[in-house]
Parts: sequence; C-alpha cells; structure tokens
Amino acid sequence: MKAKDYLTDQDVRWCPGCGDYSVLKQLTEVFEAIGADPDNTVLISGIGCSSRLPYYINTYGLHGLHGRAPAIATGVKLASPDADVWLVTGDGDALSIGGNHLIHLLRRNVNVPILLFNNEVYGLTKGQYSPTSQPGQHSRSSPLGSIDQALNPLTLAMGANASFIARSMDRSPAHLREMMIAAKAHHGSALLEIYQNCNVFNDGAFERFSNKQHTIDHTFHVEHGKPILIGKDQDKTLQLVQGQVEVIKLSPAGDLSQAWTHDIHDPIKAYALARMAGDLRPFGIIYQCERPVHEQEVHRAMAEQGQQSLEVILHAGRIWEV
Amino acid sequence: MPDSSHKIVILLAGDSGDGVQLLGSQLTQGAAQSGQDVRTLSDFPAEIRAPKGSIAGISGFQFQMASTAVHEPGGQADVLVVFNVAAYVKYRDQLKPGGILLASTDGFDKRSRALAKLAPDEDPLEEARVSFRTLECNFQTVTKEALKDMDLGSKAVSRAKNMVVLGALTWMYAFDYIMVREALANKFSGELAKVNDKAFMAGYYLGETAEWSAFKHVMPSHTLPKGTYRTLSGSQGIAMGLAAVAHQSQRELVFAGYPITPASDILHELVRQRSKGITTFQAEDEIASVTAAIGASFAGKMGVTASSGPGISLKAEGLGLAVMLELPLIVINVQRGGPSTGMPTKMEQSDLMQALHGRHGEAPMPVIAIKSASHAFDVMLMAAKYAMEAMTPVMVLSDAFIASSAEPWRIPDLSQLLQIRPTEADISRMPYERDAKGVRPWIPVGTPGGAHRLGGLEKQEGSGEVSYDADNHQALVQARQAKVMGIQSSYPELTLNLGSKSDDMLVIGWGSTYGSIHTATEQLRRQGHAVAHLHLVHIYPLHPDLDAVMAEFKQLVVVEMNQGQLVNVLRARCPKHMAFIGQTSGKPFDALSLTETLLNTMSS
Repeated sequence: MKAKDYLTDQDVRWCPGCGDYSVLKQLTEVFEAIGADPDNTVLISGIGCSSRLPYYINTYGLHGLHGRAPAIATGVKLASPDADVWLVTGDGDALSIGGNHLIHLLRRNVNVPILLFNNEVYGLTKGQYSPTSQPGQHSRSSPLGSIDQALNPLTLAMGANASFIARSMDRSPAHLREMMIAAKAHHGSALLEIYQNCNVFNDGAFERFSNKQHTIDHTFHVEHGKPILIGKDQDKTLQLVQGQVEVIKLSPAGDLSQAWTHDIHDPIKAYALARMAGDLRPFGIIYQCERPVHEQEVHRAMAEQGQQSLEVILHAGRIWEV
Repeated sequence: MPDSSHKIVILLAGDSGDGVQLLGSQLTQGAAQSGQDVRTLSDFPAEIRAPKGSIAGISGFQFQMASTAVHEPGGQADVLVVFNVAAYVKYRDQLKPGGILLASTDGFDKRSRALAKLAPDEDPLEEARVSFRTLECNFQTVTKEALKDMDLGSKAVSRAKNMVVLGALTWMYAFDYIMVREALANKFSGELAKVNDKAFMAGYYLGETAEWSAFKHVMPSHTLPKGTYRTLSGSQGIAMGLAAVAHQSQRELVFAGYPITPASDILHELVRQRSKGITTFQAEDEIASVTAAIGASFAGKMGVTASSGPGISLKAEGLGLAVMLELPLIVINVQRGGPSTGMPTKMEQSDLMQALHGRHGEAPMPVIAIKSASHAFDVMLMAAKYAMEAMTPVMVLSDAFIASSAEPWRIPDLSQLLQIRPTEADISRMPYERDAKGVRPWIPVGTPGGAHRLGGLEKQEGSGEVSYDADNHQALVQARQAKVMGIQSSYPELTLNLGSKSDDMLVIGWGSTYGSIHTATEQLRRQGHAVAHLHLVHIYPLHPDLDAVMAEFKQLVVVEMNQGQLVNVLRARCPKHMAFIGQTSGKPFDALSLTETLLNTMSS
C-alpha cells in the first residue's frame, strides 16, 4: 500500500499550518515503509487535537477518553497481543489528565509505540497553559504568565522505567520517520516525544530548535555508539560534572577520543541528557533497554499455570451428593 | 434432651485474628454437607487488625441452618460463641434471652476486660449466667493440652483455638465430622494440617468429656433436590458465572479490576479459579480498569470490570464511552454503605440511582440485580447475553452482604445453561448499520477487511463517521435507547416469588433483601394474611408486565436498604399509593421485625 492509501476519506480538521499535518503525513509514509497491515493495525488516542488522528487513517482506530488511551491500548493488547497498536496522544492528554495511565503503561512495558505530540499548550480547548508550558508562558488561563514548572516527558518516562525514550520534531520529517520506525521496532513501550507547533495558540514555541538559522546552536542529535558533537563546527561535546551536563570544547580540536559517546543503554547518562530542558536539547533515541513485555508475560504465566474448564471449576473444592 | 427445633441461628465472634470467618465457613460447609440449608452473614471491621481485644476489632459470622429451606441468616441468635469479652459485649444484645452462650473464658480475664474498657471488677459472665444458658470453657487451655506434643509457641496455639471450637460445634450439632475433617485436610497442608486436625478432634471430644450433652442438638436433614452440591459465596457465584459466560458464548473474557472492598474478592476468585478463556488485569485505577475492559471488547473479547460505589463513580466516564461505542461490557457494582468511603464492609442498596442515572448524557444501559449468592451465577450469564447480543454495557448490582454470604448450591447441568449468541463480525454491514433489533455488528480488531474507527464523538448512523448533524443525533439518542429496551423481549416471564394476584398486598424488593422479605412474607401468609412477594431482577428496563402486576393489588409496599430509590422509580409509573420501608444500618433486615413492620403497613 502507498502512503496515501492509508488515509481515510474524512476531511482533516486541524487548523491550516498545524504541525499535526506533518505527523500524519510521516505516519502514513512509515506505514508504507513498514508495510503496515490495516486489518491488524490499531490507533488508540485520547482527547485533544492530536487525538483526532485515528479518524484520518484507514486502520482500526479508537478515539477514546481524555487521558485514558494508555489503558484502552493495554486492554486491546491483553485481548489481542499480536495487534500492532499505536498510541496517539498530546501533552495535556498524556501528562496531565492521563499522567497516571502513562506511567503505568511505561512501567508495565506494554508493546506500543507512543506518539506524544507536545505543543506546550491546550489547543482544542482554545489555548490554556499545559503541563509542559514554560514558566511565564502567557495563555488564556495564565494572562500574567504561568507560574507552574514545566513537566519534562523524557525524565518522567525515565522515572517510570520506560524501555525506549526518544525525541523528534514535526519540522524534521526524515528524522521523525526514522524515530517512528525505531519506536515501532522496539519491543515494549516506546515513548516518542514530538515537538509540534501549534500555530494558533503557541506559535513558535520550538522556533529555536526548528528554525534552520538557530537549530545548530540549540539542538544536537544522538546516535548509539557515536560521539556527541555540538555546534556549527562540531567542535564541542558534553561532559558530566557533578551530575550536570556541561558543554566543553574538544581540545585539541577534532580529538574525538574526548567526546561523549552516546550509549542508549546507559541510564545515568540518558537521564542527564533527558534533563536538558534549556536552550540546548538532544534529539534521537535517548535511552533504550530490553525487558519483558506485559501482555506476553500475562499470557506466558497463564499458559504455564494451565487453565481450567468450567466443569473442573464448578466441581473444585468440597462437593457432595444429595 | 436433645432439642428438635428445625432452625438455629449461630453467631460466632472474636478478634480479627481469632479466625472467626474461617471457623464460620468451615462450620457452614459442615452443616450444608450434613443436610442443612444454610445462609450466612459476615460482619467484619474495615480495619485489618484493630487493637487486640478491643470492641472495634471484633469480627462476627452469623449463620442460620435449618432442616427446611431458609432464605436469610436469621435475626436474633440462638447460640452466641465468643472468643473474648469484647465480642460478648458487642453482640450480647443479639442473643435471644435464654439462648446458649459459649464463652472462651481465657478471653474474659482481667486483662481482656481492661482491653474491652470494662471496669476492673465488672465480670459480664455473672450477668450472662442469669440471662443465658452458658457454656464456659478455657479454649486456650484445651488447645494447649491438645497440641502439647507439637512444641508450639502460645501464639500458634491461640491460632488453633478456632479449630477446637469447630470440633465442639461439629459434635454439638452432630455434623458429619469425617467430612469436616476431610475439608480441613484439603484446605491445609504440612504442619498446619496436623495442628488443625489435632485441635479439631480435641474439640470434638470435648463435648463428651465436658458433659455438654444437654446442649447437643441433632438436626433432621433438609430434603434437597438430587444433585451434586457445593457451598457458594456471592463473589464465587460471580466468578464462576463469568467462567460460564466464556463457556456459553465461546468468547474469551478480560476482567480488569482495581482493589476495593468488598468487590476485590471477585478478582481474587477469578485469579484462583484460572478459568479457561479469562484474562485478569489489576489496573492502576478504576478508570483504567473500565477503559481497559472497553479496549478488550474492541479487540473482540468480553470486557468485564467490577467495583463498589465510589469506584463506579470513577468509571462513569468510561460507561458513557461504552454506551457511545456500542461495545459489550459488564460492570459489577458490589454496593456498600456510602457515600464516600462510608461503611466499606457493610451492606447497602444505595447505588440504584447511580446505576440508572449516574452518567453524563442520555446513556441508558441495562441494570440487573443479584438477589443471592447462587443467583449471582445466573445473573452473570444474563448480563453477558444482553451485553453481547445487544452490544451494550450492562450494570450488575450486588452488595457487601451477597459478596460474602454463602449457601449450598446445586451445581447446574451445563446443557441447561443460558445460551449466548454474540453479535457477529459482519463486515458486509457498515460499523453502525443496525440489524432488525437495532444492533450494530461487533467487528473485532484483526478482522480482515473490517478496519473502522470508533470514538466518543457522535456518529453518523450507518457509517459511524463523526457527525454533528442535529437530526442524526436525535435519531441516534433514540436508537441507543430503543436497542436497550429491546432486551425486554428475552426476559423470562414475570412471576411472583410468593403468593398470587388475588392477594391484597404486594411486597416489592430487589437485590439482597430477597431472603428477609421472603421469610417475612412467608410468616405473614402463615398467619393468614393475603400478602405476596415480588422480587425484581431487571431494574432497567423494568419488566414490561410489571405495571399490570402492580395494578392487581390493593396495597403496594417497597422494601429496600436505602432512603427510597426503587420506590421512587415505581411511584413515577404507578398511580397507586406505594408504601416504603427502608433501612440503612449496614445490616440486613431482620425478618422478624420486618414482619411486624409489614403488618403495621397493612393495617394502616
């Protein structure tokens, strides 16, 4: 199937210019690339702009309740472990009203990729500050600037012992596709945070990470086994000093032996990278590990224990004849 | 002289750690296997181990056994067994004057009296000897003596005291001790099995040696229909009923729950029974458990969830979604005293309005009420039938009383169980294209060629695509309602539980009040009063013949454990005066007082 064949005939109702269009497009291209089977693919979403996505893709889909998509997806996977389930959610959906469900999905390691559209604002309810809004952000419900600390989805996921943590962006289509494919290939819950521009209520929130003129000063890409190199001249790297990440110049210039080599399996360094919530932020797979998958463990345990017939259950324990 | 009355109510009470519930369940098992009909009532504190010896920490277990059919655990007790003075103080008013008090005197010493906050010189046994026939025995000493070869600490000895009492009562009521012994051997293993058996036999011989023959009471056997029997609690009835659902529908089930008293036992039972085709899931909260069940139903399995009042409130959002998605779902509410945490271990029927209306929007769903432990089994099959055949969530109401009460139950013949025909995955129809009964197809995830999108937004009739069209919404609100009303066509005939249409007064109840109402009505009829009893199983939609039945009677009275919920539903449909008898004490209606109240209602 071609990417466009994965689209339904429904009119897409996002605002013109919304970053969600890019995510939808990349997802259909990824479906083409991996040969997704529409009969066995399920998109589960919550409520919010991002959560409308399942209506536009011609697979099984369930547009559920605000925040509850992880629980619905868990139910689908328990009932049908072989289904290719994707979770589609936003920052308000996954991190505010559904925060509890997200952390339990991650700790259980249900085998689903999670597309977390982070636009740092509530869009569908017309512009209130969200749990990922930056302190001081002006919105309809915080006209003097938000006083709340912003929640960092990546460190939250580290705390919940997630087995795959990555970040990409609506304006980096190739990278976004690459991350989606990696998330799908991962065996377990795969959290992919996608910086997504809301051009109506929070336009430019990620400008410094996405605008080509600035991006080189504010972003770096991590890849397993490769050195982390920063800046236009790729002459800087990172080091950990008392648990904090600092940018240092490679000295002598070009000496890669001093560079921080990214190891997706190192939880301490991954956590340090995930914590980088300032003007310089990592993109790519921050952390990954292999651990047992919830629905497989459930069915393995059931098979090991053996299951009893109704006849046996009714006659178990003390019975007597009259 | 052995007494020969045919009904006996026994109340057992002790510290939470005395093993009173275990004693009660083994004793009722023994009684049932020895040919008695039995109904039980557990009364435990919400705390796990309240301070030892305190009145707050006392746990009680009451049962009525009879050589005729019984329907409730009885009112005042004929026999009160107490492990300590606090238990005596808590329950002495529930022992009939002249009743038998079996007291473990080691629990009446100075220290125990102080723990029960009695005055140092106050010995309640003195007063007891005047009011009751007392049997006093230091069970701690008897247990210690029985286990002296086993090198046990005093704590371990104390723990076996309930087995001595089990032995003594088994002797006193001439239960088949071999069966009781076997039951213990099956329940326990290793050292503990030996300890319990020794203690049990010591108790059994105690009656002889202590010369309690005057208290011995041989019960004639109850004549039950032929068959294989077991004891069944309400929680077991639900769990086994769900196993039967998997069997009858040939659909697997996913049960998702979150711990809450008194609903948790359903999850425990399901985990223990390891039924073929049932996956269990302990979710992170009530909301996750209902939504995971919905997810499972989307994937083609029967989603089931259970909770108690406050948990059902949390699930309400999910129930609205299930109504909108038109997916099968069973939600069980094991009601308890409310609001809020209220009385978590006590019974109440105060969630009926929540079951009917506790949702947003026009969200009708069938509501079925369980009346007893054995009825729970049948109700699960009914609920699943409506859910899977009409593609709707179904609410089942149980309560704390039914959950833990036990009764003998004839194991049904599998060929006689209710037939369930789940809605088919007909991909020739559009996702919301209804059949003649107004039911949409159930197309599980993975069905080839069946890919479709569901959601909480209003749908276009037929295609199921999002629609904000005014006329369409109007039509779909009505279609969802009509579909639920459609289940009435598979209701069994509405029959009076006692009496006939020529009687003057009709007593209407629902749920766990069945036994008390039945017993009280029976009593009134014996006294010559023209009273009938109708117990409603289908709370929504009500039985289509109900209005006609109500119209036949001169007087109507509704009895329920709340401030008037079903009565208001019925008053809205029936022009006649309808009397109401309500109680919210956390205890079941005492059949004797209910008889009097009904009598007063009749003559007023």
